[in-house]
Amino acid sequence: MDYFLQQFINGLTLGAVYGLIAIGYTMVYGIIGMINFAHGEIYMIGAFVTVISFTVLGLAGAGGGALALMIVLIVSIAVTSLYGWTVERVAYRPLRQAPRLAPLISAIGMSVLLQNYVMLLQGARVKTMAPVLQGGFTLTQRADGFVVSISYLQIIIIALTVFLMTTVTFIIHRTPLGRAQRACEQDKIMAALVGVHVDRTISTTFVIGAALAAVAGFMVTLYYGVVDFFMGFLAGMKAFTAAVLGGIGSLPGAMLGGLLIGLIESFWAGYVNAQYKDVAVFGILMLVLMIRPNGLFGRPEIEKV
Amino acid sequence: MRTRFKDAFLTAFIAFMLALPLAGARTIDGINGLTVEWHVWDVGAAALLIFLGRLLLDMIEDGFGAFIAPLAFVFGGIAAWLPMPSQFLKTVAILGGFVVAAKGVFTFFSHLRLRRGTEDSRRITIGRYSKNLNLLSFALLFFMLILPFTPLATRYAMDVAIMVLTYIMLAWGLNITVGFAGLLDLGYVGFYALGAYSDALLAQHAGIGFWTALPVAGLIAAGTGFLLGFPVLRLRGDYFAIVTLGFGEIVRLVLTNWTNLTNGPNGISGIPRPTLFGLDFARDAAEGHRAFNDYVGLPFDPMQRVIFFYYIILALALLVGFLSARLRRLPLGRAWEAFREDEIACAALGVDRTRIKLAAYSLGAMAAGLAGAFFAARQGFISPESFTFTETATILAIVILGGVGHPLGIVLAALFIIGMPELFRGLEQYRMLAFGAGMVLIMIWRPGGLMAVREPTVKLQSAPAKI
Repeated sequence: MDYFLQQFINGLTLGAVYGLIAIGYTMVYGIIGMINFAHGEIYMIGAFVTVISFTVLGLAGAGGGALALMIVLIVSIAVTSLYGWTVERVAYRPLRQAPRLAPLISAIGMSVLLQNYVMLLQGARVKTMAPVLQGGFTLTQRADGFVVSISYLQIIIIALTVFLMTTVTFIIHRTPLGRAQRACEQDKIMAALVGVHVDRTISTTFVIGAALAAVAGFMVTLYYGVVDFFMGFLAGMKAFTAAVLGGIGSLPGAMLGGLLIGLIESFWAGYVNAQYKDVAVFGILMLVLMIRPNGLFGRPEIEKV
Repeated sequence: MRTRFKDAFLTAFIAFMLALPLAGARTIDGINGLTVEWHVWDVGAAALLIFLGRLLLDMIEDGFGAFIAPLAFVFGGIAAWLPMPSQFLKTVAILGGFVVAAKGVFTFFSHLRLRRGTEDSRRITIGRYSKNLNLLSFALLFFMLILPFTPLATRYAMDVAIMVLTYIMLAWGLNITVGFAGLLDLGYVGFYALGAYSDALLAQHAGIGFWTALPVAGLIAAGTGFLLGFPVLRLRGDYFAIVTLGFGEIVRLVLTNWTNLTNGPNGISGIPRPTLFGLDFARDAAEGHRAFNDYVGLPFDPMQRVIFFYYIILALALLVGFLSARLRRLPLGRAWEAFREDEIACAALGVDRTRIKLAAYSLGAMAAGLAGAFFAARQGFISPESFTFTETATILAIVILGGVGHPLGIVLAALFIIGMPELFRGLEQYRMLAFGAGMVLIMIWRPGGLMAVREPTVKLQSAPAKI
């Protein structure tokens, strides 16, 4: 039971991260119906900017402390959002009217490009960062010494995720921007006719997705302390699985899917074997798509001619 | 002019902000953890160049292409020759110069054509060149047949030729799935790996030679494609792409982790070489075998084996190429193309979607399996590292660049993508970067693929006008 609880806490933390990335996939899919294959790379850039800013701050003698954390988070969000915006502007906007597979291929190209761009500039080796925030609460302690604990970092991750998800839900359902997004999702031409700036709305969607991915990258960097140029591929795939599991295009679906994938991965690693945890996630992706292609919350997609 | 300046300034500013953290501050492993190496001046200078480049690009749009193109070209040339403080700046300067020059030339000629009132050349179908292309194909084929006996055939050149041919074969196979049927298969490398490991494991555990293992490997790959395709092919295009990507990753992860069978990341070595009707290509033939050089009465030469490999892969590639070219003319091939153009219309006309998709998917998989078996036999050593997503991306890049118009397109694309980096060894690390950028640019420039101006397999001939 104790072991179960510990795995649950770890899974929840992981799931929060996947959920944040998954929102980026789901929002973009909802609004322009494409899989933003480069989203994992956006998350990777978020993580890299975090490491770089921490290193720079550390060299300037201002590492550690809540203020430094805030500065790094803001820098990471700003830069990563700019990347998200640029990727959309350069690689996807010219392809609005193109055949369906063209933006996907363009996205794959963007993903390869960003990976190698970071690799060439920052090196191919794994970057290890000194831990910034340590310590935590001990929840229970068994007689044989097995400790169930939740670290401060895990609490921050989960709390920040809950806060951001609430904010995004609020934006989508209660603000003019969210209304514009939902309008574009339904019918772009009609939305344009009633005065919605479609291109700007789509850009904003990418920026929001990238900002959330930046937060995810920030948290993962603090949590694990290692980044490398290839980390976005696997995380992106898992987050995409989460979005599909929850029903792509659905916001609560992405959050729930993220949590489920995080828990499945954590329990699989804890109870079955750690080597095949990625195989398990990909297996789930394939199973979900075969059995219930619309996911848990997705609406069935009806193609009109 | 003022808006032009504003636009250029904005572009340069965004580029500066993008590059500042990643290119301006490079983290290095120091003694006490990470330290930063500053390259801010590089980024600043690059931003200045981008400002200039953007301004020139805008001016080309205004019709100054004829003046700017040679200027930019000369600039790129000087940048390539001039010593620069850093490789980064140099790359930006050279690339920028040539991009601006290319854009200038391109715009200049299209303006010229518009002025003359002739038809836009981009609309000319390949059909018009088809006859010449066929002629060129035969010339190329003839050249490839006699290549090993020309003075060009050094050991190195033959190795490169074998590699290029392997990729041509893979790309022709993938072209059946992606080009003809329009199914984006991102797990292609999974079938390649399956073929390679089938060959290696059959040789290791059952002592089965290459020629028996080759068809088996093809069948295993095709069978897996069939089994996987059954449930997956009902999905819409982009879902299909992601599921196949998942499949490719699963294959690689299983190969890495199933240590008992595959020896994990260490790979399998000592895979036997193919024989020619029982004749070995080795200095000392295995027991019960004769050596080829002994049989023919030539002195031993390792080149004999390389040339043998060359002909095997040439035959295999031609087999796949020929099959796919003929398949395209069958009702099945027509169904593929109809399906690619409009899935719903196709289904409405009574085409069995699952059947034709499965055919395309498993045929593509089979080609990859065959190529994989050849790869294993040639290398004599395989490990999961050879089968990453990068391979799929490379093959996909060849297919996209080559397009579905004519089989020759893929040959040229493979020569370009695989052969070019061999020529410029020093630029190898930039290869994937260029791939990514190339994929994006080609999609923007021509969303259907570079040579995708497709000639319909059936065309209504317009009757000559009667007087």
